[in-house]
This record gives sequence, structure tokens and C-alpha cells, in this order.
Amino acid sequence: MGLTYQSTGRSTTREIFNVHNAGSELVIALAGNPNTGKSTVFNALTGLRQHTGNWPGKTVLRAEGSFIHGGRHYTLIDLPGTYSLHANSVEEEVARDFLCFAKPDATVVVVDGTCLERNLNLALQVMEITDNVIVCVNLIDEARRKNMHININKLSNALGVPVVPTAARGGEGLSELMAAISDVALGRVVPKPVLVRYSDAVEKAIAQVEPKVREIIGAHINTRWVALRLIDGDTKLVQAIQRYYNDQESKQAEAALEVLA
Amino acid sequence: MNSEAAVGNLLEEAKTIIGDQQAGIRDGIVKSIYDTSENITKDVVSYTSANRVDWDRKIDNIITSPVWGFPIMFGILAVIFWVTIAGANYPSEFLAAQFFWVQDRLTELFWALNAPDWLHGFLVLGVYSALAWVVSVMLPPMAIFFPLFTLLEDAGYLPRVAFNLDRFFKKAGAHGKQALTMSMGFGCNAAGVIACRIIESPRERLIATLTNNFVPCNGRFPTIIALASLFIAGSVSVTIASAIATLGVAVIVVFGIAVTLFVSWLLSRTLLKGEPSSFTLELPPYRKPQVGQVLVRSVIDRTIFVLSRALVIAAPAGGLIWIMANNTVGDTTILAAAANWLHPFAGLMGLDGYILMAFILGFPANEIVFPILIMSYVSGGTMVQMESLADLRHLLIDQHGWTWLTGLSTVIFALCHWPCGTTLFTIQREQKNWRWTLLAAILPAGIGIIICITITALARALNLV
Amino acid sequence: MNNSTPLNRLGNGCCALVTELNAEGLTRRRLLDLGLVPGTKVEVIRRSPLGDPIAFNIRGAIIAFRKEEAEKVLVVQVS
Ligand SMILES: Nc1nc2c(ncn2[C@@H]2O[C@H](COP(=O)(O)OP(=O)(O)OP(=O)(O)O)[C@@H](O)[C@H]2O)c(=O)[nH]1
Ligand SMILES: [Mg+2]
Repeated sequence: MGLTYQSTGRSTTREIFNVHNAGSELVIALAGNPNTGKSTVFNALTGLRQHTGNWPGKTVLRAEGSFIHGGRHYTLIDLPGTYSLHANSVEEEVARDFLCFAKPDATVVVVDGTCLERNLNLALQVMEITDNVIVCVNLIDEARRKNMHININKLSNALGVPVVPTAARGGEGLSELMAAISDVALGRVVPKPVLVRYSDAVEKAIAQVEPKVREIIGAHINTRWVALRLIDGDTKLVQAIQRYYNDQESKQAEAALEVLA
Repeated sequence: MNSEAAVGNLLEEAKTIIGDQQAGIRDGIVKSIYDTSENITKDVVSYTSANRVDWDRKIDNIITSPVWGFPIMFGILAVIFWVTIAGANYPSEFLAAQFFWVQDRLTELFWALNAPDWLHGFLVLGVYSALAWVVSVMLPPMAIFFPLFTLLEDAGYLPRVAFNLDRFFKKAGAHGKQALTMSMGFGCNAAGVIACRIIESPRERLIATLTNNFVPCNGRFPTIIALASLFIAGSVSVTIASAIATLGVAVIVVFGIAVTLFVSWLLSRTLLKGEPSSFTLELPPYRKPQVGQVLVRSVIDRTIFVLSRALVIAAPAGGLIWIMANNTVGDTTILAAAANWLHPFAGLMGLDGYILMAFILGFPANEIVFPILIMSYVSGGTMVQMESLADLRHLLIDQHGWTWLTGLSTVIFALCHWPCGTTLFTIQREQKNWRWTLLAAILPAGIGIIICITITALARALNLV
Repeated sequence: MNNSTPLNRLGNGCCALVTELNAEGLTRRRLLDLGLVPGTKVEVIRRSPLGDPIAFNIRGAIIAFRKEEAEKVLVVQVS
């Protein structure tokens, strides 16, 4: 038997992550660098009052909330901020595992408009894991104050995903953001992320490893990304895959037992 | 096929494909991603006019300057304390007056209804008056201090504090972000303990966790303020009194920071040996806080928080105190018996039995310690009703023989004793090791007891009291 | 590279390009992920009142390192 992620519903994986929603709700993750306004966006969308503060690392516990848009229920997850998804720290691991295994219906990467270069680094990494990405260029008011102009259309074309400028604290751009989220989550808009081209050596290695990944893991997790991480020698990801695979099996077994009983 | 092994095998295969290029490949992957973001950014960002004044840099030039950095830090702390002390006075008086007026009416009502004495005692003199004390003495300082602190946090000052102080933490073998977790501790030690998650290295996170309690949380802060004001007020004019009280509180807080550094140093040389790990700290741009919103929200937040805790914890504690004060074992009340039993040890520390008992009964929540103390004094003594805060001074000094040493020891023990129940519970949840949780309780309590006993012995030997 | 110096040796206000990271494992990864890949421009912004840590502008963010980390980043100074 191979790894059978496909055969188990997403709801099981989400149970492992303790996401509390009925199967029909759409799950949206908020990722991004520290201190870019994720919790502020979260509060603005859900009406909750997550703590915010002007220092990196304010959110350490994952928060969950919900909102309704166009008659649909959305569950929003506020992840801790990270500089990358290379699992160098617990937060990075949490964020990566969530995107990789809980498979949110859409992921909003909240980036700091005044510091795009540093923030896109993370957005590009998220786009390697999942296609359903919306980039939210937050702190656009601060960018304006610094006389910066960001060409949103051009950015959207360069990334291949919807880009929405916001000033979450002032409420600017939030309805557009909600619309973009629902477009992507419901499949009305299908993002086509423009992926990073690596050096020839890396690309060649990916081409060799990726088919094997597909053979064993199937297409449930982005195979190009898994191949890349393997080439990078990411043992933690391998462990994570094995762990979640085990959890899934035991959940399945439990479910089977329940049916029998 | 065993698929777990298969995933593991993949890693091996990838390794053989890469061969000896591994090191270069890792760097290359990160570089490719950054290069891509750099190129995209160049493409999409333009500046309408260059040479903008960099205010952040100008502000940081002052706030982190070798000359002004520390005085400004101390100054900001002092201003916040001063505003809290001076500002809490009026609402405290006002709330106390209201609450005790209502208490009198309640008493009349109970009499009118011919309710039994014990019922009136338990509900009005016990439960209600505990609530009244918590709300009138504890709430105002909390509702002023916390919002001010939130403003600082929102402006972006906290990372600068960490930047300024890091050298000390490094010397102590601790992590620079401990300054941030301590800042969170001012609000609530349990929150401070959770914030320790931002510290990557387990060793340094544990140090930060074990020492967080040396920062007086919002529930202990008003006790320190109240005592500082009580001992100084009356002797001088109001303005000078609050200035001196401010200084006293600031000294206590700085003392707490010094103890934190010392204990961190001690831990990293004994139980938690090790080198300071890597430390990176981002200094975000200053942002103008939304003053109105922050103030209104955090005042409301604090009020709800304190009120709900008061209902759940202070009210039952008040009832308990009344029961203890009105039931006897032998020929004394349970309350007096317990206080007498604690008294010899408490006396060594410069306290009395009632004070130590209040700290013990305050284990569920620190904000009830001082109210419990007042209530035990009131119910055990001759004075039955307290009409205003001015009576407090009379109660402590004239009726219960407090000296400056009693005040100082109480303040020090408020700063250094076991963490409240919630904090210990949080430490256990975060560390999942009861030994560390136990140490987190014993360490500050032990240190507080030692300091108090030493000061008391010295003061007595030198005939200062 | 012969004329490269550790980052912590540069004075405030100096700019430099990263040439090499003198670190392995997790530390190296963290430094890379913060954007310190070879060729990156770094500006020394300021020192803490007690001289350590030092804050740098790395790709638009101000990030402070202790001396121990900063000396692992080798750079060449540019004007
Ligand atoms: N001017 C401005 N400030 C904002 C905006 N969005 C957020 N902020 C402020 O930026 C700071 C950081 O916001 P948070 O929401 O706490 O950031 P976060 O991404 O959740 O941070 P971490 O939890 O540390 O990862 C806070 O002080 C917010 O008030 C915005 O659109 N404009
Ligand atoms: Mg947050």
C-alpha cells in the first residue's frame, strides 16, 4: 500500500490540526513575515480581537475565527509570522505543516508593502507549496507615506496570483480582499503561481527526484516542492510526512472500528 | 511496500543525485528565491520623490543612544508609573465611596428583611466587600497602566528596549528577547510565560520562563503602588507624595529587573549551563498608535478581565475570610489562629501572620492579596467599616503596627513570591515538566524569603525599627 | 576572498556586500533566510548603547545581531 492521502478526506488532516469547522466551511490561512499585520487583518475580517503589537513575534498561539461572505462560511487561521518556511524554528515548522498538510482552501500571504523584497521571499515559498494563494500587500498607507508606489497589476502578473493592497488598520481594501479570498477558495479564480527558477543543477535534480516523489506520495502534496526540499536535505519534512501519514492511518483505523461497532 | 521507509529512501536517493554539491545547493536555493523577489520588487516599486526624512532613524538616534538610551527608558517607565499613581487616586476614592455607600444600603436592606446575621455577614461583609476592595483599589491602577503600556507596544518601543538591554542579558547567559517577554509580564505573568515561545533555544526559554515572575504583573502592581503611596502620603503635599511614590515604585521595578538578571545568570551557570544561543531581533519601523482606540479598548478589556476574575476568585475568597473570622477554634477565630500560627515565621521576614496568610490565600490571583489583607484586618479588629482610603493608613499603621520595614518587606514579597495559580498552570502547560513548574514556584519564593529575612535582621540589628 | 572582513568590524554607516557565511547548519540557514545570501548589500545602522548588539539594514528591514553572529558574516566594504 502506498501513502494514501488521497483516500482520506481533508477533514481528517484538519482534525489533526484542530481546525474546528464543519466539513462545508472553507478554511483560509493567513501567513506572512512577522509584524506585517496578519493579526490586524484577521481581526478586521473576523471581528475578533487577537492581540496585535508593533514587534515581531507578538502572535505565538495560532488563532482561529470565522466570517461570512456571499452566504458562505469561512474559517480563518492566523498563523505565527515567519521569515521562511524552511522549518528552522518551531513557528516555521507549524506554518509549513499547516500549509502542507491541512491544505487550506486558500492562503493569504500578508506582506509588508514598505519592505516588499524581504516579504516576497516568503510569498514565493508559499506559492511553491500551494497554488491557491492571494497576496495581501498590507501597510499600504505606510508605503504611501514613504512616497512609495507599488504597481499592483504588475506584481500580480509577476507572481501569477491575485494581489490586493490593504491598510488593514484603517479598514482599507478589506472588502476587495474578502472578494479575492472567496474567488480563489470557490475556484472562480484559479491562480497560476509563477515559480522560482533554480540553477540548472537544482532543476536537473528536481526533474530526477520529482517522478519518484509522485510515485510514493501521490499528487496530494506539491511534488515539485517536496522534491526541492528533499534535495535541500530537509529531514524534518520527511519526518513530518511520516508523522502525518501515521496519524492518518490511525484515524482511518479508528473510523473503521467505529463503523464496525 | 512500507511507505514510511519509502519516504526515507527518497531522501537517500536525493542525496545520491546531489552528491557532494549539497552545501552549495542549499545556499543556491535560498539565493534564487531572494534574487527572484529582488527582481520583482525592482520591477513593481517606484518612488515618487526621494530624500524623504528618515524619522525612524532620527528617533532611534536618540532612543538607543549611548547617552540618552537608558535615561529615556527609565524616564518613560517613571512617567507611566507617575501617571498611574497620580491618576488612580481619584477614581479609587470615588469607587470606594460608591461601593461602601452601596454596602451600607445593602446592610439596611438585610436588616429590613430580618435576614439572619450570618447571611448578611457572609454576603455583604464577605463576598461583597471583597469585590468592592478589588474593584476600588486594584482596578484603577490596572486600567491606567495597561493601556499606557499598550501604547508603547503599539508605537514599537519594546524592541528598542530589548536592543538596549541585550548586553545585560547576554552577560547573564540569557536571550535578548527575554526583555520582550518581561514586558509582556507587566501585563500578566501567564502571558509573559506564553510569550517565551519567541525564544528559540529551549535553555534560554526556560530561563525566561522561570524568571518572568520577578516582573510585577498587573495584579501585584497596584499593591506595590498602594503601599508606596500609603507610606509617603500624608506626610507631604499630594504632588510631592506621588512623585516620591513613583520613584519608590520605579526602584522596586528596577530591583525586580536586577533580580531577574542575577537569577538568569545563576541559572545559566548552574542548572541550565550553556552558551547564549544566536540572537536576531528585528527593529520594526515606529508606527503611530491609534491612541483613542487603543485606550478605549484596553481600558474596557482590563475592566472586564478584572471584574470577571474578581467575581470568580475574590468573591469566594471574601466569603471564606468572613467564615474564618466568625468561627472559632478554642477561644480564637480560625482567622486569628491561622495568623498566629504563621506569625513567628512571618515575623522573621518583617511581616505579620495576616500578611503572609493573605499571600497564601492570594495564590489563585495576585490581585486579591491586598484586599484579603484589608478584610482580615477589618474583620479581626475593632474597626468594622472602612469609609475611605484614608482609613487604610490608619488601619495598617495605627491599628496593626506597620512600620516602614513591614511596608518594605510586604512590597518585596509581593515582587518575589510564588507565581499565581494561572501562571504556574501555564508554565506546566508550556514546559510539560512538573520539576520546572515546582522550581518556578520555589525559586522566587525562596529568594523573596531570603531577602526579607536579611533586611529584617539587618534593620533590627542596627536598631532601625 | 582576501579583503573580506567580519561584519561586526565595520563602523556605523558603512555599507558592504556579503561574500561568505562562516557558519554551518542551523545558524547558516537562519542567516541565509534573513536574506544574507552572497552579494547582498548590508548597511551598518547603529550599535546598542553598550556596543553590542549591532543593527543592520538587510533588504529593507533593520535587524540586530550579537557580535557572535555578526562576525560569522564576511563582507567587503563598498562606498
Ligand atoms: N499603519 C498601519 N499599521 C498597521 C496596519 N496593519 C497593521 N498595522 C500595525 O502593525 C503592527 C503589527 O500588526 P500585527 O497584526 O500584530 O502583525 P502580525 O503580522 O500579526 O505580527 P506577528 O504576530 O508578530 O507575526 C501593529 O502595531 C498594527 O497596529 C496598516 O495597514 N497600517
Ligand atoms: Mg500576529
